[in-house]
Amino acid sequence: MVARRILEGLNFAVDEAADGQQALDRCLEQMPDAVLLDWNMPVMSGIEFLRELRGLADAQQPVVVFCTTENDLSHIQEAMSAGANEYIMKPFDSEILESKFQQTGVL
Amino acid sequence: MNKSDFDFLSSLLRDRSGLVLGEDKAYLLESRLGPVARKHGLTTVDDVAAQLRARRGAPLELDVVEAMTTNESFFFRDTRPFDQFKDIVLPQLLEARRATKSLRIWSAACSSGQEPYTLAMILKEEAAKLAGWRVEIVATDLSTAILDKAKEGLYSQFEVQRGLPITLLMKYFTQAGDRWQISQELRGMVSYRMFNLLESPTALGRFDIVFLRNVLIYFDQATKTQVLERVAKQMPSDGYLYLGGAETVLGITDRFQVLPGQRGLYGVVDPGQKVAAAG
Repeated sequence: MVARRILEGLNFAVDEAADGQQALDRCLEQMPDAVLLDWNMPVMSGIEFLRELRGLADAQQPVVVFCTTENDLSHIQEAMSAGANEYIMKPFDSEILESKFQQTGVL
Repeated sequence: MNKSDFDFLSSLLRDRSGLVLGEDKAYLLESRLGPVARKHGLTTVDDVAAQLRARRGAPLELDVVEAMTTNESFFFRDTRPFDQFKDIVLPQLLEARRATKSLRIWSAACSSGQEPYTLAMILKEEAAKLAGWRVEIVATDLSTAILDKAKEGLYSQFEVQRGLPITLLMKYFTQAGDRWQISQELRGMVSYRMFNLLESPTALGRFDIVFLRNVLIYFDQATKTQVLERVAKQMPSDGYLYLGGAETVLGITDRFQVLPGQRGLYGVVDPGQKVAAAG
């Protein structure tokens, strides 16, 4: 996966989840510093995952950066009001990913 | 491309734009002038050189200069200069100009407009402090084609993601198909003019802040000196100059001095001060 390679190049330890539910389970086990989140996933979509995540009480909330082919303004607005920190529209490159992580203070 | 064509084209670019092209940059001529050749019904870059030798000053010449001097740019390119602008330059000048309530900013070699629009966005974000002020952003470039793009303010998805926070994209852009256009209001805050840095900037007027980032690197030493000294003449003694992070004035001019601890940000040195110091 392209994103994984870029993130590892930025010295992140990367864990992957196949869908929103799996991602939520992983977060409950060990909260990451940042989540790079797709919109369209089976079982639980990215936006559903984000709402669940932000609803967790007493959790150390991670930075969430959406990374998706959903490139219209209404999706961006929905993601931001659900608590996303940044939004990457696919296709993207390493420079964009890096700058988004810098802007959110993870890097 | 043979050496004589390379020498001819690099000398033409140097005369017309000040661009210094090393011999290791022959590939850049090939890759950028290919489309120019096709546009003019020619096949190769050698044909372009041949046509220019036969007829100087033709539209082809302008297209060649534009294709070679257009550089990639992005919003909030390097965040530091814009943090300095918001936290140091603007507060300082808002205090110094409180009687006239007027500021003029020059974005020199503005390319496709990302730098002046970044400044316009910062000014909008700081609007509360600027009530009643007249702030003018003048943006210049050598290339009329790139100025047309800048005025239109229409950017690809890649361009709007380079450096621009998503909140500012949502606030100041509208979606136009797969591209994004900066708002009419922000476009109205920038006045674009064609200007060649090899010429005198006197007609542009005086500027409190000048952004001249990542342009000097293309000029030879003597041209750098000339450009910076002409810029200094257009600035008050409390003005601010920005250069690219990798650029310096050392050995080029003593009309500017880097601000302590603020790489890339320069204050104007009054020529009178120099005389006094020397005496």
